[in-house]
Amino acid sequence: MAGYILRRLLQAIPVLLGTTFLIYFMVFAMPGDPVVALFGDKTPPPQVLEAVRERYNLDKPFIVQYLLFLGGIFRGDFGVSFSGEPVSDILARTFPVTLQLAAIATVFLAVGGILVGLISGLRKGGIFDASALVVSLILISLPIFVVAFTAQYIFGVQLGWFRTTVGSGAPIQDLILPAMVLATGSFAQIVRLTRASVIETDGQDFVRTAASKGLSRRRIVPVHILRNSLIPVVTYIAVDFGVLMVGATVTEGIFNVPGVGRTLYQAIIRGEGPTVVSFVTVMVLIYLIVNLLVDLLYAVLDPRIRYVK
Amino acid sequence: MTEIETQKTIGTSVPESRTDDERPLLEIKDLKVGFKTQTGMVTAVDGVNLTLYRGQSLAIVGESGSGKSTTAHAIINLLPGSGEITGGQILLDGQDLTKATKHEMESIRGRKVGFVPQDPMSNLNPVWSIGFQVEEAIRANGIASERKAVKARAIEVLKEAGLQDADRRLKQFPHQFSGGMRQRVLIGMGLAANPQLLIADEPTSALDVTVQRVILDHLESLTRELGTTLLFITHDLGLAAERAEQLVVMYKGRVVESGPSLQILQNPQHPYTQRLVAAAPSLASRRIQATGSIKAAEDSMGEDAASAAGEAIDLIATAEARAEALEAAAAQPPAIVVEDLTKVYKIRGTGDFTAVDSVSFQIAKGTTTALVGESGSGKSTVAKMLLKLEDSTSGRILVGGADLANVRGQELFALRSRMQPVFQDPYGSLNPLRNIGNTIGEPLMTHKVGTKASRRERVFELLDQVSLPRTLVGRYPNELSGGQRQRIAIARALALKPEIVVLDEAVSALDVLVQAQILRLLADLQAELGLTYLFITHDLAVVRVIADNVCVMQKGRIVEAATTDEVFENPQQQYTKDLLAAIPGANIPLGV
Repeated sequence: MAGYILRRLLQAIPVLLGTTFLIYFMVFAMPGDPVVALFGDKTPPPQVLEAVRERYNLDKPFIVQYLLFLGGIFRGDFGVSFSGEPVSDILARTFPVTLQLAAIATVFLAVGGILVGLISGLRKGGIFDASALVVSLILISLPIFVVAFTAQYIFGVQLGWFRTTVGSGAPIQDLILPAMVLATGSFAQIVRLTRASVIETDGQDFVRTAASKGLSRRRIVPVHILRNSLIPVVTYIAVDFGVLMVGATVTEGIFNVPGVGRTLYQAIIRGEGPTVVSFVTVMVLIYLIVNLLVDLLYAVLDPRIRYVK
Repeated sequence: MTEIETQKTIGTSVPESRTDDERPLLEIKDLKVGFKTQTGMVTAVDGVNLTLYRGQSLAIVGESGSGKSTTAHAIINLLPGSGEITGGQILLDGQDLTKATKHEMESIRGRKVGFVPQDPMSNLNPVWSIGFQVEEAIRANGIASERKAVKARAIEVLKEAGLQDADRRLKQFPHQFSGGMRQRVLIGMGLAANPQLLIADEPTSALDVTVQRVILDHLESLTRELGTTLLFITHDLGLAAERAEQLVVMYKGRVVESGPSLQILQNPQHPYTQRLVAAAPSLASRRIQATGSIKAAEDSMGEDAASAAGEAIDLIATAEARAEALEAAAAQPPAIVVEDLTKVYKIRGTGDFTAVDSVSFQIAKGTTTALVGESGSGKSTVAKMLLKLEDSTSGRILVGGADLANVRGQELFALRSRMQPVFQDPYGSLNPLRNIGNTIGEPLMTHKVGTKASRRERVFELLDQVSLPRTLVGRYPNELSGGQRQRIAIARALALKPEIVVLDEAVSALDVLVQAQILRLLADLQAELGLTYLFITHDLAVVRVIADNVCVMQKGRIVEAATTDEVFENPQQQYTKDLLAAIPGANIPLGV
């Protein structure tokens, strides 16, 4: 088991190198001069431009820039943003917010999605099932910004249940509405996946055998149906974590959440290579860790899976 | 058996020896079960009656779709999905189970009626340990509640079921158990609460014959000890007769005949039962003398299926007539020569595994050699190497004199057209998205034989050869029955006019009557086209009617090789004797 985890962590190294290189290259290849853009309408003196370029290593060839950046990361130095703030400070400020947002969203989509999917699957063809299918289809079809604006309007403006924007230093309950918006698409997917999985498991021979042993339905559902049905769902939640991070960019923008998504978006617009790559690196790292955890959870759920070496 | 009664015998005959005051444990009266479909209710069980007294054993026999399993599931009210009881009564000790509430039913299952399901592979939940699954049955039925007591009972139950090292294996998961071991676990679970009635739904049809015998022997002694009443569901008439005192024969949802087992076997009254008795391959080994008389049955049967009884008899006649042809074939160079064939698989961690260990045999042109053995004996691996779907580790295979090891590219492509396979599963071996015409014609396309028109003509010809209507050309596999599908698979194998056909368990998945038809078709085609068959099977009973020579395989080696008659009359090896003894019903005198 320990060997397996070590191997997976070692595998993360080439993945991280590859992603940072690609992202760095893409930011480098973006059209326009980020330094000129920094000054907006004003035309700064060439010496100033030169100084800024030198400070951010923008005067050097691409590969040198990349290697310098990489070297910095190994020393724990993520560089400095155009606003002069160390990137590590920005990371420390924004990541907790987004992680909270993602955690609330994941809890909501996992617990809610599995519950609705389970009931749907067990009462296949009933009214609950039919409504759940229609609602989930609508939720899947809607782009996240439509859901976000609608939710903001209905629950924030009309009903006044939540504050429409979050802002920095806001209490955690303010994150509930953005988190639910963030979760909608995946929630609907989980409902459908769980439903299908439950229906399939319910038809398995061992479920009938469990009943023939004299077990009550109340025991069969959680023990023999739900656990087996969760195996594909758990995998999906892990893969979906990436989708969640993409969605966070939009959701954080709309609800003005001071998290990773909003900061990353701004950094991309400004062409701030080090900031973008640092953020993406951390995101990739989190994604890899989440997937590793899910693979381990998979082995807990399904004893047939054993990780050797 | 000279006179044939054509009258339908519906209903059961209650044994006269019983005293009137004794109430039957299970009494099914006019049971009707239907399945809801889009086009309305389809009746699966249509007015079944049966009576089972305490301590008795009764077997329901029938082919797939006869409603035998549905009847069993109806008793414990575990019909799949859209099924429901539409009429009749199921009286268990006087209580009508069709009117029992959900809660009452839960306390009847396990406690009063135990159930042993068919497929040991799919009936244990893969994510829970064996101990957990046995213990929950014990707890649910209130046998014990304290943790240690439950565990002790679980070990006891499993030991009774024949799992000697039960205490050590409680923590293991189903995938760490063999099929036979899993079936023991399922039997243990079914008997965990000492039910009065045990329903065993094809409890051993997924197992090897020798394992089947051990398990059934054990089940028999166990139920006798505990005084459990046994209701068997099986498709195998021989097995039913050997294991149960009473027989109920079902056909298309109805009971066509019932009574004491021996009486039914020796003097079947209903034409369907007569066909079943005649076709049962497990009984065929003792049925060589039977001729003609059953022929009359087919005239009186207005059934859709062709009369398999007559076919089976013809088959044996054909086999006997071919005795001289065999001698002629022996003079020619053999079609297949296998010398010292060995296959070693490298397995991570545990070292090498020798699947096939210096196997040698020859097959003369136009003859059939059967490769017999239990699962894991290496027989299918030999077939794969012969078809060059798998490379050998050492040894030689000569096909028509050419060494397979040296055949590559175009030559191999050409060789493939001379050697065709038919596989076990008629559901899995046909592409569901291709129609029958395309399926049969595919080898012709691949080998670019003839023009479009001539290929179409050849497809029609092949359909004729396998006795299927030409109108099937545009239909799809899901519209056909298992037997029809296997005919399609055979037609496809014959498309390129091969010399050799490798039949890997080609009739194992079929009902006995269909099996008899396919075996006859194979024999006819062999006589007509001079085909050479390598017939791979675990079922010795089938071998008797199809093979000229037999090679018995055990653990990768051929332990006995001789002509079919020699093997059956005078087996040399203990293993072969065990296999022969394990054929269910082989020792029942048929009196015909």
